[in-house]
Amino acid sequence: MADFRMLSTSGILGYGYPEASLERGVAMGVDVIGADAGSTDPGPHYLGSGKPLNSRAATKRDLRLMMRAAVKNNLPVVVSSAGGGGGEPQLQDLADIVREIAAEDGLHFKMAMIHAEQDKGWVKDRLASGRIKPMRNAPPIDAATIDRAERIVGCMGPEPFMTALDAGAQIVISGRATDPAPWAGASMRAQMPAAPSWYAGKMLECGAASAWPKGADCIHVTVNDDGVVCEPPNPEKRCTLASVANFALHENSSPELFKEPGGLLDARKARFEQVTDRAVRITGMEWNPDDAYTIKLEGAELMGYRAITICGTRDPGLISQYDDYIEIVRGHITQKVGDVGISPDSYRLIYRAYGRDGVMAEREPLGGASGHELGILVEVLADDQETANTVLSIARVNTLHNDFPGRLCREGNMAFPFSPSDIACGPAYRFSIYHIVEPDDPLHMFPIDYETV
Amino acid sequence: MPKLKDIALVLKSKNAGPFELTIDAVFGDRETFDKVAATGVLTPALFANLYNVPEESVLFTPYAPGLAFKATLPRLVSAGDVGDTDVYGAQQHAPLLNVEIPI
Repeated sequence: MADFRMLSTSGILGYGYPEASLERGVAMGVDVIGADAGSTDPGPHYLGSGKPLNSRAATKRDLRLMMRAAVKNNLPVVVSSAGGGGGEPQLQDLADIVREIAAEDGLHFKMAMIHAEQDKGWVKDRLASGRIKPMRNAPPIDAATIDRAERIVGCMGPEPFMTALDAGAQIVISGRATDPAPWAGASMRAQMPAAPSWYAGKMLECGAASAWPKGADCIHVTVNDDGVVCEPPNPEKRCTLASVANFALHENSSPELFKEPGGLLDARKARFEQVTDRAVRITGMEWNPDDAYTIKLEGAELMGYRAITICGTRDPGLISQYDDYIEIVRGHITQKVGDVGISPDSYRLIYRAYGRDGVMAEREPLGGASGHELGILVEVLADDQETANTVLSIARVNTLHNDFPGRLCREGNMAFPFSPSDIACGPAYRFSIYHIVEPDDPLHMFPIDYETV
Repeated sequence: MPKLKDIALVLKSKNAGPFELTIDAVFGDRETFDKVAATGVLTPALFANLYNVPEESVLFTPYAPGLAFKATLPRLVSAGDVGDTDVYGAQQHAPLLNVEIPI
Protein backbone atom coordinates (compact mmCIF):
# COMPACT_ATOMS: atom_id res chain seq x y z
CA MET A 1 0.00 0.00 0.00
CA ALA A 2 1.18 3.54 -0.75
CA ASP A 3 2.50 5.59 2.14
CA PHE A 4 0.27 8.27 3.64
CA ARG A 5 2.05 11.55 4.38
CA MET A 6 0.96 14.31 6.74
CA LEU A 7 2.38 17.73 7.58
CA SER A 8 1.67 19.48 10.87
CA THR A 9 2.65 23.13 10.79
CA SER A 10 2.88 23.88 14.50
CA GLY A 11 2.00 22.74 17.99
CA ILE A 12 -0.89 25.16 18.21
CA LEU A 13 -2.27 27.19 15.30
CA GLY A 14 -1.02 30.72 15.85
CA TYR A 15 2.29 29.80 17.50
CA GLY A 16 4.01 30.49 14.18
CA TYR A 17 6.30 28.41 11.95
CA PRO A 18 8.84 29.21 9.24
CA GLU A 19 7.18 29.54 5.83
CA ALA A 20 10.15 27.71 4.31
CA SER A 21 9.35 24.67 6.48
CA LEU A 22 5.84 24.50 5.07
CA GLU A 23 7.22 24.73 1.53
CA ARG A 24 9.83 22.03 2.18
CA GLY A 25 7.22 19.85 3.89
CA VAL A 26 4.92 20.07 0.88
CA ALA A 27 7.86 19.32 -1.40
CA MET A 28 8.58 16.15 0.63
CA GLY A 29 5.20 14.90 -0.58
CA VAL A 30 2.10 15.31 1.51
CA ASP A 31 -1.52 14.13 1.53
CA VAL A 32 -2.91 16.39 4.25
CA ILE A 33 -1.79 19.59 5.99
CA GLY A 34 -3.04 20.49 9.43
CA ALA A 35 -2.56 21.95 12.87
CA ASP A 36 -4.06 21.30 16.24
CA ALA A 37 -5.31 24.54 17.80
CA GLY A 38 -6.30 23.34 21.23
CA SER A 39 -5.14 22.39 24.67
CA THR A 40 -6.36 22.45 28.25
CA ASP A 41 -2.88 23.48 29.27
CA PRO A 42 -3.33 27.27 29.30
CA GLY A 43 -6.10 26.73 31.82
CA PRO A 44 -9.89 26.94 31.98
CA HIS A 45 -10.27 30.54 30.74
CA TYR A 46 -10.54 29.65 27.05
CA LEU A 47 -13.18 26.98 27.38
CA GLY A 48 -15.03 29.11 29.93
CA SER A 49 -14.96 32.41 28.07
CA GLY A 50 -15.12 31.07 24.52
CA LYS A 51 -12.30 33.43 23.62
CA PRO A 52 -9.36 32.32 21.46
CA LEU A 53 -6.00 31.43 22.99
CA ASN A 54 -3.92 33.05 20.27
CA SER A 55 -4.25 36.43 18.57
CA ARG A 56 -6.37 36.73 15.47
CA ALA A 57 -3.41 38.10 13.50
CA ALA A 58 -1.11 35.18 14.38
CA THR A 59 -3.83 32.60 13.71
CA LYS A 60 -4.63 34.20 10.37
CA ARG A 61 -0.99 34.27 9.31
CA ASP A 62 -0.48 30.59 10.13
CA LEU A 63 -3.72 29.52 8.46
CA ARG A 64 -3.30 31.67 5.35
CA LEU A 65 -0.06 29.97 4.36
CA MET A 66 -1.61 26.54 4.93
CA MET A 67 -4.71 27.38 2.89
CA ARG A 68 -2.66 28.79 0.02
CA ALA A 69 -0.49 25.66 -0.09
CA ALA A 70 -3.56 23.43 0.12
CA VAL A 71 -5.50 25.07 -2.69
CA LYS A 72 -2.40 25.32 -4.90
CA ASN A 73 -1.61 21.61 -4.43
CA ASN A 74 -5.19 20.36 -4.15
CA LEU A 75 -4.71 19.10 -0.59
CA PRO A 76 -7.03 19.12 2.42
CA VAL A 77 -6.35 21.23 5.50
CA VAL A 78 -7.54 20.06 8.91
CA VAL A 79 -7.53 22.37 11.95
CA SER A 80 -8.89 20.92 15.18
CA SER A 81 -9.89 22.33 18.59
CA ALA A 82 -10.51 25.85 17.28
CA GLY A 83 -9.35 28.69 19.50
CA GLY A 84 -7.86 26.48 22.20
CA GLY A 85 -11.05 25.42 23.94
CA GLY A 86 -12.87 24.17 20.86
CA GLY A 87 -16.19 25.75 21.83
CA GLU A 88 -18.75 27.12 19.40
CA PRO A 89 -17.68 30.82 19.61
CA GLN A 90 -14.11 29.79 18.87
CA LEU A 91 -15.19 27.62 15.94
CA GLN A 92 -17.22 30.50 14.53
CA ASP A 93 -14.26 32.87 14.95
CA LEU A 94 -12.03 30.45 13.06
CA ALA A 95 -14.63 30.05 10.30
CA ASP A 96 -14.68 33.84 9.92
CA ILE A 97 -10.91 33.85 9.55
CA VAL A 98 -11.12 31.11 6.90
CA ARG A 99 -13.74 33.11 4.96
CA GLU A 100 -11.70 36.29 5.25
CA ILE A 101 -8.53 34.65 3.94
CA ALA A 102 -10.48 33.06 1.09
CA ALA A 103 -11.95 36.42 0.10
CA GLU A 104 -8.62 38.24 0.35
CA ASP A 105 -6.65 35.62 -1.55
CA GLY A 106 -9.32 34.59 -4.07
CA LEU A 107 -9.41 30.99 -2.81
CA HIS A 108 -12.44 28.73 -3.37
CA PHE A 109 -13.18 25.43 -1.64
CA LYS A 110 -15.71 23.44 0.34
CA MET A 111 -15.41 24.02 4.09
CA ALA A 112 -16.60 21.69 6.82
CA MET A 113 -17.28 22.93 10.35
CA ILE A 114 -17.50 20.16 12.94
CA HIS A 115 -19.22 21.28 16.14
CA ALA A 116 -18.19 20.01 19.57
CA GLU A 117 -20.37 21.80 22.12
CA GLN A 118 -22.77 19.53 23.93
CA ASP A 119 -26.37 20.02 24.98
CA LYS A 120 -26.62 20.07 28.79
CA GLY A 121 -29.89 18.14 28.75
CA TRP A 122 -28.26 15.32 26.82
CA VAL A 123 -25.24 15.28 29.16
CA LYS A 124 -27.57 15.10 32.18
CA ASP A 125 -29.47 12.19 30.58
CA ARG A 126 -26.20 10.34 30.08
CA LEU A 127 -25.17 11.01 33.66
CA ALA A 128 -28.53 9.79 34.95
CA SER A 129 -28.20 6.59 32.93
CA GLY A 130 -24.73 5.87 34.34
CA ARG A 131 -22.85 6.45 31.10
CA ILE A 132 -20.53 9.20 32.40
CA LYS A 133 -17.45 8.47 34.49
CA PRO A 134 -14.69 10.77 35.84
CA MET A 135 -11.18 10.75 34.41
CA ARG A 136 -8.41 9.89 36.88
CA ASN A 137 -8.33 12.44 39.73
CA ALA A 138 -11.30 14.43 38.37
CA PRO A 139 -14.05 15.15 40.90
CA PRO A 140 -17.51 13.59 40.73
CA ILE A 141 -20.24 15.63 39.07
CA ASP A 142 -24.01 15.87 39.42
CA ALA A 143 -26.78 17.51 37.42
CA ALA A 144 -26.08 20.84 39.13
CA THR A 145 -22.44 20.72 37.94
CA ILE A 146 -23.69 20.32 34.39
CA ASP A 147 -26.18 23.19 34.78
CA ARG A 148 -23.47 25.48 36.17
CA ALA A 149 -21.05 24.81 33.31
CA GLU A 150 -20.40 27.77 31.07
CA ARG A 151 -19.67 25.39 28.22
CA ILE A 152 -19.26 21.63 27.75
CA VAL A 153 -17.38 20.22 24.76
CA GLY A 154 -16.80 16.66 23.65
CA CYS A 155 -13.30 15.73 22.44
CA MET A 156 -14.16 14.16 19.12
CA GLY A 157 -12.37 11.15 17.69
CA PRO A 158 -11.31 10.54 14.08
CA GLU A 159 -14.72 9.65 12.68
CA PRO A 160 -16.13 13.18 12.16
CA PHE A 161 -12.96 14.14 10.27
CA MET A 162 -13.28 11.05 8.07
CA THR A 163 -16.90 11.97 7.35
CA ALA A 164 -16.01 15.56 6.46
CA LEU A 165 -13.18 14.48 4.17
CA ASP A 166 -15.42 11.84 2.56
CA ALA A 167 -17.90 14.63 1.82
CA GLY A 168 -15.20 16.39 -0.19
CA ALA A 169 -14.43 19.21 2.25
CA GLN A 170 -11.02 20.72 1.52
CA ILE A 171 -10.82 22.95 4.59
CA VAL A 172 -11.99 21.12 7.70
CA ILE A 173 -12.19 23.05 10.96
CA SER A 174 -13.48 21.57 14.17
CA GLY A 175 -14.34 22.25 17.77
CA ARG A 176 -12.63 20.26 20.48
CA ALA A 177 -11.00 17.03 19.37
CA THR A 178 -8.38 14.81 20.96
CA ASP A 179 -5.07 16.10 19.67
CA PRO A 180 -4.21 13.12 17.43
CA ALA A 181 -7.80 12.51 16.20
CA PRO A 182 -7.77 14.52 12.94
CA TRP A 183 -4.50 12.92 11.86
CA ALA A 184 -5.63 9.43 12.80
CA GLY A 185 -8.85 10.07 10.89
CA ALA A 186 -7.14 11.25 7.71
CA SER A 187 -4.75 8.30 7.82
CA MET A 188 -7.33 5.61 8.56
CA ARG A 189 -9.55 7.04 5.84
CA ALA A 190 -6.65 6.30 3.48
CA GLN A 191 -6.87 2.64 4.62
CA MET A 192 -3.86 2.82 6.93
CA PRO A 193 -4.05 0.60 10.03
CA ALA A 194 -5.25 2.15 13.28
CA ALA A 195 -2.08 1.71 15.36
CA PRO A 196 0.36 3.66 13.14
CA SER A 197 -2.39 6.15 12.25
CA TRP A 198 -2.90 7.00 15.91
CA TYR A 199 0.82 7.05 16.63
CA ALA A 200 1.29 9.41 13.67
CA GLY A 201 -1.31 11.65 15.28
CA LYS A 202 0.64 11.64 18.54
CA MET A 203 3.77 12.68 16.66
CA LEU A 204 1.99 15.40 14.67
CA GLU A 205 -0.12 17.02 17.39
CA CYS A 206 2.66 19.23 18.74
CA GLY A 207 4.37 20.24 15.52
CA ALA A 208 8.13 19.87 15.69
CA ALA A 209 8.21 19.23 19.45
CA SER A 210 9.56 15.77 18.65
CA ALA A 211 12.60 17.32 16.93
CA TRP A 212 15.70 19.06 18.28
CA PRO A 213 16.52 21.85 18.67
CA LYS A 214 13.15 22.89 20.07
CA GLY A 215 11.13 25.71 18.53
CA ALA A 216 7.74 26.17 16.86
CA ASP A 217 8.06 24.50 13.48
CA CYS A 218 6.58 21.90 11.12
CA ILE A 219 6.85 18.11 11.31
CA HIS A 220 6.36 15.62 8.47
CA VAL A 221 5.14 12.10 9.24
CA THR A 222 4.83 9.22 6.81
CA VAL A 223 2.51 6.35 7.73
CA ASN A 224 2.73 2.87 6.24
CA ASP A 225 1.53 -0.58 7.24
CA ASP A 226 4.42 -1.11 9.66
CA GLY A 227 4.71 2.20 11.43
CA VAL A 228 5.57 5.86 11.03
CA VAL A 229 8.60 7.91 9.99
CA CYS A 230 9.04 11.39 11.51
CA GLU A 231 11.22 14.02 9.89
CA PRO A 232 11.24 17.80 10.36
CA PRO A 233 11.22 19.70 7.04
CA ASN A 234 13.51 22.35 8.53
CA PRO A 235 17.07 21.18 7.69
CA GLU A 236 18.35 22.72 10.93
CA LYS A 237 16.25 20.32 12.99
CA ARG A 238 16.57 16.59 13.50
CA CYS A 239 14.45 13.80 14.87
CA THR A 240 16.69 11.53 16.93
CA LEU A 241 15.98 8.44 19.00
CA ALA A 242 16.23 10.58 22.10
CA SER A 243 14.11 13.48 20.82
CA VAL A 244 11.31 11.19 19.66
CA ALA A 245 11.36 9.02 22.77
CA ASN A 246 11.42 12.08 24.99
CA PHE A 247 8.50 13.64 23.18
CA ALA A 248 6.39 10.65 24.29
CA LEU A 249 6.74 11.97 27.86
CA HIS A 250 5.19 15.33 27.01
CA GLU A 251 1.92 16.18 28.83
CA ASN A 252 0.94 12.52 29.10
CA SER A 253 0.23 10.53 32.22
CA SER A 254 2.04 7.60 30.57
CA PRO A 255 4.64 7.64 27.76
CA GLU A 256 3.45 4.29 26.43
CA LEU A 257 -0.33 4.00 26.90
CA PHE A 258 -2.58 6.58 25.29
CA LYS A 259 -6.36 6.44 25.77
CA GLU A 260 -8.18 7.68 22.72
CA PRO A 261 -11.80 7.53 21.53
CA GLY A 262 -12.51 3.91 20.65
CA GLY A 263 -9.45 2.29 22.13
CA LEU A 264 -6.03 2.33 23.72
CA LEU A 265 -2.82 3.01 21.79
CA ASP A 266 -0.17 0.76 23.31
CA ALA A 267 3.43 1.69 22.54
CA ARG A 268 5.06 -0.58 25.13
CA LYS A 269 6.58 -2.69 22.37
CA ALA A 270 7.44 0.24 20.12
CA ARG A 271 10.82 0.15 18.42
CA PHE A 272 12.65 3.35 17.52
CA GLU A 273 15.09 3.31 14.63
CA GLN A 274 17.23 6.10 13.19
CA VAL A 275 16.66 5.86 9.41
CA THR A 276 18.61 8.95 8.36
CA ASP A 277 20.47 11.42 10.54
CA ARG A 278 17.26 13.49 10.67
CA ALA A 279 14.45 10.91 10.56
CA VAL A 280 13.22 8.26 13.00
CA ARG A 281 11.01 5.27 12.26
CA ILE A 282 8.72 3.93 14.99
CA THR A 283 7.17 0.48 14.62
CA GLY A 284 5.54 -2.10 16.84
CA MET A 285 2.73 -0.01 18.36
CA GLU A 286 -0.63 -1.68 18.91
CA TRP A 287 -4.24 -0.49 18.91
CA ASN A 288 -6.59 -2.22 21.32
CA PRO A 289 -10.22 -1.33 20.57
CA ASP A 290 -12.60 -0.73 23.49
CA ASP A 291 -15.78 -2.70 24.00
CA ALA A 292 -17.70 0.55 24.42
CA TYR A 293 -16.77 3.70 22.48
CA THR A 294 -16.15 6.72 24.75
CA ILE A 295 -15.66 10.44 24.32
CA LYS A 296 -14.00 12.76 26.83
CA LEU A 297 -16.08 15.71 28.02
CA GLU A 298 -14.50 18.97 29.14
CA GLY A 299 -16.49 21.61 30.97
CA ALA A 300 -15.66 24.91 32.65
CA GLU A 301 -17.70 26.94 35.11
CA LEU A 302 -17.51 30.49 36.40
CA MET A 303 -15.95 30.62 39.87
CA GLY A 304 -16.15 34.37 40.32
CA TYR A 305 -14.57 37.65 39.32
CA ARG A 306 -10.96 38.38 40.14
CA ALA A 307 -9.05 41.49 41.17
CA ILE A 308 -5.35 41.50 42.08
CA THR A 309 -2.57 43.75 43.24
CA ILE A 310 1.18 43.09 43.31
CA CYS A 311 3.56 44.45 45.93
CA GLY A 312 6.69 43.53 47.82
CA THR A 313 8.36 44.06 51.15
CA ARG A 314 12.03 44.68 51.90
CA ASP A 315 11.56 44.85 55.66
CA PRO A 316 13.27 41.99 57.53
CA GLY A 317 11.08 42.52 60.58
CA LEU A 318 7.95 42.04 58.51
CA ILE A 319 9.34 39.10 56.53
CA SER A 320 10.21 37.32 59.78
CA GLN A 321 6.61 37.55 61.03
CA TYR A 322 4.81 37.48 57.68
CA ASP A 323 2.19 34.87 58.60
CA ASP A 324 1.23 36.62 61.82
CA TYR A 325 1.09 39.94 60.01
CA ILE A 326 -1.24 38.63 57.30
CA GLU A 327 -3.50 37.12 59.94
CA ILE A 328 -3.81 40.51 61.64
CA VAL A 329 -4.38 42.23 58.30
CA ARG A 330 -7.07 39.71 57.36
CA GLY A 331 -8.91 40.51 60.58
CA HIS A 332 -8.97 44.22 59.78
CA ILE A 333 -10.05 43.55 56.19
CA THR A 334 -12.93 41.33 57.29
CA GLN A 335 -14.12 44.07 59.61
CA LYS A 336 -13.86 46.86 57.05
CA VAL A 337 -15.40 44.85 54.22
CA GLY A 338 -18.30 44.05 56.53
CA ASP A 339 -18.63 47.75 57.32
CA VAL A 340 -19.36 48.53 53.65
CA GLY A 341 -22.08 45.89 53.61
CA ILE A 342 -20.32 43.04 51.79
CA SER A 343 -21.11 39.57 53.11
CA PRO A 344 -18.05 37.47 54.12
CA ASP A 345 -19.27 34.53 52.02
CA SER A 346 -19.40 36.57 48.80
CA TYR A 347 -15.64 36.81 48.36
CA ARG A 348 -12.36 35.02 48.97
CA LEU A 349 -9.08 36.76 49.82
CA ILE A 350 -5.87 34.95 48.87
CA TYR A 351 -2.32 36.03 49.71
CA ARG A 352 0.53 34.57 47.68
CA ALA A 353 4.10 35.10 48.87
CA TYR A 354 6.74 34.83 46.15
CA GLY A 355 10.15 34.14 47.62
CA ARG A 356 8.54 31.68 50.00
CA ASP A 357 5.89 29.33 48.63
CA GLY A 358 4.29 31.28 45.78
CA VAL A 359 5.20 28.55 43.27
CA MET A 360 4.58 25.32 45.15
CA ALA A 361 2.18 26.25 48.01
CA GLU A 362 2.04 23.45 50.59
CA ARG A 363 4.24 21.22 48.43
CA GLU A 364 7.17 23.62 48.92
CA PRO A 365 9.86 21.55 50.66
CA LEU A 366 11.86 24.53 51.96
CA GLY A 367 9.03 26.10 53.95
CA GLY A 368 9.46 29.65 55.28
CA ALA A 369 10.94 32.70 53.58
CA SER A 370 14.67 33.30 53.83
CA GLY A 371 15.31 36.00 51.23
CA HIS A 372 15.86 39.70 51.78
CA GLU A 373 12.64 40.60 49.99
CA LEU A 374 9.23 38.98 49.55
CA GLY A 375 6.87 39.44 46.62
CA ILE A 376 3.20 39.47 47.48
CA LEU A 377 0.25 38.96 45.20
CA VAL A 378 -3.07 39.84 46.79
CA GLU A 379 -6.04 38.25 45.06
CA VAL A 380 -9.76 38.62 45.58
CA LEU A 381 -12.33 36.33 43.99
CA ALA A 382 -15.87 37.61 44.43
CA ASP A 383 -19.36 37.05 43.11
CA ASP A 384 -19.11 40.13 40.92
CA GLN A 385 -16.35 42.46 39.72
CA GLU A 386 -17.48 45.45 41.75
CA THR A 387 -17.29 43.43 44.97
CA ALA A 388 -13.87 42.08 44.00
CA ASN A 389 -12.60 45.60 43.32
CA THR A 390 -14.02 46.93 46.60
CA VAL A 391 -12.55 44.14 48.73
CA LEU A 392 -9.18 44.45 46.99
CA SER A 393 -9.11 48.18 47.61
CA ILE A 394 -9.64 47.60 51.33
CA ALA A 395 -7.11 44.76 51.34
CA ARG A 396 -4.49 46.90 49.62
CA VAL A 397 -4.76 49.75 52.13
CA ASN A 398 -4.61 47.41 55.11
CA THR A 399 -1.71 45.38 53.74
CA LEU A 400 0.19 48.63 53.21
CA HIS A 401 -0.52 50.39 56.47
CA ASN A 402 -1.18 47.94 59.31
CA ASP A 403 1.02 47.99 62.38
CA PHE A 404 3.10 45.02 63.54
CA PRO A 405 5.39 44.46 66.54
CA GLY A 406 8.75 46.21 66.20
CA ARG A 407 7.65 48.11 63.10
CA LEU A 408 10.24 50.64 61.88
CA CYS A 409 8.80 51.31 58.41
CA ARG A 410 5.93 53.39 59.69
CA GLU A 411 5.00 55.06 56.39
CA GLY A 412 4.13 51.82 54.67
CA ASN A 413 4.93 48.11 54.67
CA MET A 414 4.80 47.42 50.98
CA ALA A 415 6.39 48.65 47.76
CA PHE A 416 3.77 48.93 45.01
CA PRO A 417 5.29 49.14 41.52
CA PHE A 418 2.26 50.56 39.74
CA SER A 419 -0.33 53.28 39.91
CA PRO A 420 -3.11 52.32 39.78
CA SER A 421 -2.08 49.32 41.81
CA ASP A 422 -5.33 47.38 41.56
CA ILE A 423 -6.07 45.26 38.50
CA ALA A 424 -9.57 44.04 37.66
CA CYS A 425 -9.14 40.66 35.91
CA GLY A 426 -12.73 39.90 34.96
CA PRO A 427 -14.40 36.48 35.11
CA ALA A 428 -12.40 33.50 36.37
CA TYR A 429 -13.27 29.91 35.47
CA ARG A 430 -12.42 26.44 36.71
CA PHE A 431 -12.47 23.08 34.98
CA SER A 432 -15.58 21.46 36.40
CA ILE A 433 -16.06 18.48 34.08
CA TYR A 434 -13.33 16.13 32.88
CA HIS A 435 -15.20 12.91 32.28
CA ILE A 436 -15.81 10.24 29.71
CA VAL A 437 -19.23 9.61 28.20
CA GLU A 438 -20.55 6.72 26.16
CA PRO A 439 -22.24 8.18 23.06
CA ASP A 440 -24.63 6.26 20.82
CA ASP A 441 -22.02 6.35 18.06
CA PRO A 442 -18.82 8.31 17.28
CA LEU A 443 -20.62 10.91 15.15
CA HIS A 444 -23.87 12.08 16.73
CA MET A 445 -22.23 14.41 19.29
CA PHE A 446 -20.43 16.26 16.48
CA PRO A 447 -22.73 17.63 13.77
CA ILE A 448 -21.07 18.90 10.60
CA ASP A 449 -22.01 21.92 8.49
CA TYR A 450 -20.71 22.33 4.96
CA GLU A 451 -20.23 25.62 3.19
CA THR A 452 -19.00 26.56 -0.27
CA VAL A 453 -16.50 29.35 0.16
CA MET B 1 26.81 11.01 46.70
CA PRO B 2 25.46 12.61 43.49
CA LYS B 3 22.09 14.28 43.49
CA LEU B 4 19.54 13.98 40.72
CA LYS B 5 20.30 17.51 39.56
CA ASP B 6 23.93 16.47 39.01
CA ILE B 7 23.24 13.44 36.83
CA ALA B 8 19.92 14.06 35.05
CA LEU B 9 19.72 15.58 31.58
CA VAL B 10 16.17 16.82 32.19
CA LEU B 11 14.07 17.23 35.33
CA LYS B 12 10.70 18.69 34.48
CA SER B 13 7.06 18.89 35.42
CA LYS B 14 3.94 19.66 33.40
CA ASN B 15 0.21 19.14 33.49
CA ALA B 16 -1.11 15.86 32.18
CA GLY B 17 -4.61 17.22 31.76
CA PRO B 18 -6.05 19.77 34.19
CA PHE B 19 -6.20 17.43 37.19
CA GLU B 20 -2.79 15.74 37.08
CA LEU B 21 0.84 16.70 37.24
CA THR B 22 3.47 14.64 35.45
CA ILE B 23 7.13 14.70 36.43
CA ASP B 24 9.94 13.39 34.24
CA ALA B 25 13.55 12.59 35.04
CA VAL B 26 15.49 11.96 31.84
CA PHE B 27 19.10 10.74 31.64
CA GLY B 28 21.63 11.36 28.92
CA ASP B 29 22.87 7.84 28.33
CA ARG B 30 21.86 4.24 28.83
CA GLU B 31 24.56 3.55 31.39
CA THR B 32 23.34 6.30 33.74
CA PHE B 33 19.71 5.32 33.27
CA ASP B 34 20.49 1.69 34.09
CA LYS B 35 22.56 2.64 37.15
CA VAL B 36 19.81 4.91 38.46
CA ALA B 37 17.22 2.21 37.84
CA ALA B 38 19.37 -0.31 39.72
CA THR B 39 19.55 1.88 42.83
CA GLY B 40 15.78 1.59 43.25
CA VAL B 41 15.61 5.14 44.61
CA LEU B 42 13.08 6.37 42.06
CA THR B 43 9.84 4.69 43.09
CA PRO B 44 6.18 5.59 43.56
CA ALA B 45 6.91 5.85 47.30
CA LEU B 46 9.58 8.51 46.71
CA PHE B 47 7.19 10.69 44.69
CA ALA B 48 4.39 10.10 47.20
CA ASN B 49 6.71 11.34 49.94
CA LEU B 50 8.09 14.34 48.00
CA TYR B 51 4.65 15.53 46.90
CA ASN B 52 2.68 14.44 49.95
CA VAL B 53 0.18 12.28 48.07
CA PRO B 54 -0.90 8.67 48.69
CA GLU B 55 1.43 6.18 47.04
CA GLU B 56 -1.48 4.52 45.24
CA SER B 57 -2.23 7.81 43.47
CA VAL B 58 1.20 7.85 41.80
CA LEU B 59 1.35 6.36 38.31
CA PHE B 60 5.04 5.49 37.89
CA THR B 61 6.60 4.40 34.59
CA PRO B 62 10.27 3.61 33.99
CA TYR B 63 10.58 4.39 30.27
CA ALA B 64 13.70 2.79 28.85
CA PRO B 65 13.31 4.04 25.24
CA GLY B 66 13.42 7.60 26.58
CA LEU B 67 16.03 6.81 29.29
CA ALA B 68 13.46 8.32 31.62
CA PHE B 69 11.30 7.81 34.68
CA LYS B 70 7.84 9.33 34.72
CA ALA B 71 5.58 9.89 37.70
CA THR B 72 2.05 11.24 37.35
CA LEU B 73 0.16 12.35 40.44
CA PRO B 74 -2.82 14.54 41.43
CA ARG B 75 -2.48 18.32 41.38
CA LEU B 76 -3.18 20.22 44.61
CA VAL B 77 -6.14 21.84 42.83
CA SER B 78 -7.09 21.63 39.17
CA ALA B 79 -5.29 23.97 36.77
CA GLY B 80 -6.57 27.50 37.27
CA ASP B 81 -8.87 26.68 40.20
CA VAL B 82 -8.93 28.81 43.36
CA GLY B 83 -5.47 28.98 44.89
CA ASP B 84 -3.64 27.28 42.02
CA THR B 85 -0.06 28.51 41.82
CA ASP B 86 1.06 27.01 38.51
CA VAL B 87 -1.51 26.77 35.71
CA TYR B 88 0.86 24.90 33.39
CA GLY B 89 2.38 22.82 36.18
CA ALA B 90 5.78 23.68 34.76
CA GLN B 91 7.61 24.59 38.01
CA GLN B 92 6.86 21.66 40.30
CA HIS B 93 10.08 19.71 39.78
CA ALA B 94 12.20 21.27 42.53
CA PRO B 95 11.64 18.63 45.24
CA LEU B 96 13.49 16.15 43.00
CA LEU B 97 16.62 18.23 42.52
CA ASN B 98 18.41 17.17 45.68
CA VAL B 99 17.34 13.54 45.83
CA GLU B 100 20.53 11.55 46.43
CA ILE B 101 21.28 8.70 44.05
CA PRO B 102 23.88 6.20 45.37
CA ILE B 103 25.73 5.44 42.15
